[in-house]
Amino acid sequence: MSRTLQAPVTVAFDYTRSVGPVLGRFFAGLRDRTLVAGRTSDGRVVLPPPEYDPVTHRQLTDADLVEVADTGTVTSWTWVPEPVKHQPFDRPFAFALVTLDGADAPLLHALDVDSPDHVVTGMRVRVRWAEERSGAITDIECFEPADDLPGGRATPLADREATTGIVTPVSLDYLYAASPEESAFYRGLNEGRILGQRCPSCGKVYVPPRSACPADGTPTAEEVELSQTGTITTFCIVNVPFLGQKITPPYVSAYVLLDGADIAILHLILGVPADQVRMGMRVKAVWKPQEEWTYSLENIDHFEPTGDPDADFDTYKHHL
Amino acid sequence: MAKQPAAVVGVGQTHHRAKREDVSMAGLCREAIDRALADANLTLDDIDAIVVGKAPDLFEGVMMPELFLAEALGAAGKPLLRVHTAGSVGGSTAIVASSLVQAGVHKRVLTVAYEKQSESNAMWALSVPLPFNMPVHAGAGGYFAPHVRSYIRRSNAPTHVGAIVAAKDRQNALKNPYAHLRNPDTTVESVLASQMLWDPIRYDETCPSSDGACALVIVDEDTAKASPNPAWIHGTVMRSEATTAAERDQVNPQASRDAAAALWAQAGITDPLTEIDAAEIYVPFSWFEPMWLESLGFAAEGEGWKLSESGATAMDGQIPVNCSGGVLSSNPIGASGMLRFGEAALQVRGAAGEHQVDGARRALGHAYGGGSQFFAMWVVGSEPPSN
Repeated sequence: MSRTLQAPVTVAFDYTRSVGPVLGRFFAGLRDRTLVAGRTSDGRVVLPPPEYDPVTHRQLTDADLVEVADTGTVTSWTWVPEPVKHQPFDRPFAFALVTLDGADAPLLHALDVDSPDHVVTGMRVRVRWAEERSGAITDIECFEPADDLPGGRATPLADREATTGIVTPVSLDYLYAASPEESAFYRGLNEGRILGQRCPSCGKVYVPPRSACPADGTPTAEEVELSQTGTITTFCIVNVPFLGQKITPPYVSAYVLLDGADIAILHLILGVPADQVRMGMRVKAVWKPQEEWTYSLENIDHFEPTGDPDADFDTYKHHL
Repeated sequence: MAKQPAAVVGVGQTHHRAKREDVSMAGLCREAIDRALADANLTLDDIDAIVVGKAPDLFEGVMMPELFLAEALGAAGKPLLRVHTAGSVGGSTAIVASSLVQAGVHKRVLTVAYEKQSESNAMWALSVPLPFNMPVHAGAGGYFAPHVRSYIRRSNAPTHVGAIVAAKDRQNALKNPYAHLRNPDTTVESVLASQMLWDPIRYDETCPSSDGACALVIVDEDTAKASPNPAWIHGTVMRSEATTAAERDQVNPQASRDAAAALWAQAGITDPLTEIDAAEIYVPFSWFEPMWLESLGFAAEGEGWKLSESGATAMDGQIPVNCSGGVLSSNPIGASGMLRFGEAALQVRGAAGEHQVDGARRALGHAYGGGSQFFAMWVVGSEPPSN
């Protein structure tokens, strides 16, 4: 058995980017199979156009924008023998720096060739446009060899409405690893037990256990099995729905100080109307059916009132 | 060796809105920077170093803002630093910038903090479920609501105090042309009638979600002499603490109390209630006004709500708090702390416009972040520091 418990977790969101007036022209150009570059104060033509001039720091305007050819020259490159997810191709390809005709600075993009033997610095290439274009950098599918093409040059910017925004999906896949101490806690939950650890220096009992006491840094080792009853120190009633929410509101999210612990855990309160939950209310763990247990605090479905008299404020006020 | 005197001579901010779809992140920052530089009568060429702060990475899906913003911020060829302390980041960033001047390393430092909340969803970013855990988290409101309940219980505060603070800050925002929320009809009654989101926190007792930026120009004594109204830095403090220590005081955290004590000592202040003329305190949920008033030493423990309830924190009160409308009226999280610091500077420079406190000579800027675990504060004054 592995010392620590691990589980995959994916963090994903489609971020919406406002691109501003300068890059808005660039993205709108791509949709029309056109490459919009910026002329900077030092006389260079740069693609994509910078929003702000690197020398004067002034924002570029439409008067500083030009269109460059979709043909150019490879100035440097690297071979990608084993492409990974989300790269432009699922077969080997080159990433190339291409200085487009009419531009002075290179653009990085994929170059579609069969083998590194077919790439050479100085080779002529042209843009292969995507069939469906949305005003994003992926409107350029890639570059492809174009040995026989003559050079192009920069031309004035055509009249075209700027793109205001793009969507950039981000998805990160992690393997979440619990610490050895947390893993012991989650394994305990798989046996219907709630395990903490006592700090040998200050004597405080932490649940879930930490690898070291957060207050004094002492490594913790002594295992303590905690009671399944405790006291609600404080709580809130969540009435607001939000993206990714797992529990349907309204629900009571409460700090439950288990008897014998020195720190409260956050959990769900059921078995009592939300507006009757009180600070000091005595509650007990209600477990899911054993066949549903995993290695999770969710094995405890919720806490519900024991029916005992409320705890005196003085017994838990130092936990607020 | 003593610190070198440092002063704020330029303050700039954006018009804060729910969505600033007209600008990129770089454009948002430059809107604040260009105003701060114009205020300081300086240009980017005059700047020695740049310090940038922003909200936690997941909030906007941008992990290295310093990398992609360097050119737009005019940082090419100059030192560029990024500071990262959750919601307090705007304050911490200003303090790092000021320390570069106070240490004699640089003479003219530009600092900027920003957030484009509209490009993401902070509530989602704060509530991503982790394996093995109970998915009861519900954003910042869900985190802080239980601690607000604890404050109300500990202090026996009447439950309408939160509404008094919210109504006051929303009315103050009407005097601030940059503020996001402009709701002239907000009253104590309307706040109390608004939806209970994270009981005991109501909708109108909650900060908005804003796009915005703030920039400051912080300079040495020689440069400050050219300014008609520098805001001199009298003290700066940052403190942190563990999020989850047993018996940690979440209502009045130790790090907050320690930071305040150190700040007043640095600034030579013994009674902040009478010696501070205006305070910009990080209040994302209205109840944090009385909570921080106590933690900062403006009121005894359990008495902060009496200041809020009595009107002492209104613009014409003994200790005006958040005359700008505060975080409750504009909340570009990454910039909110710097806005507090910048608004404090505007007050002692006599440059706060309609929300100016007459004759303000010393002001507090305050920020906190994470689960009340990061604190950043400064005191600025209209006169150079005497110590």
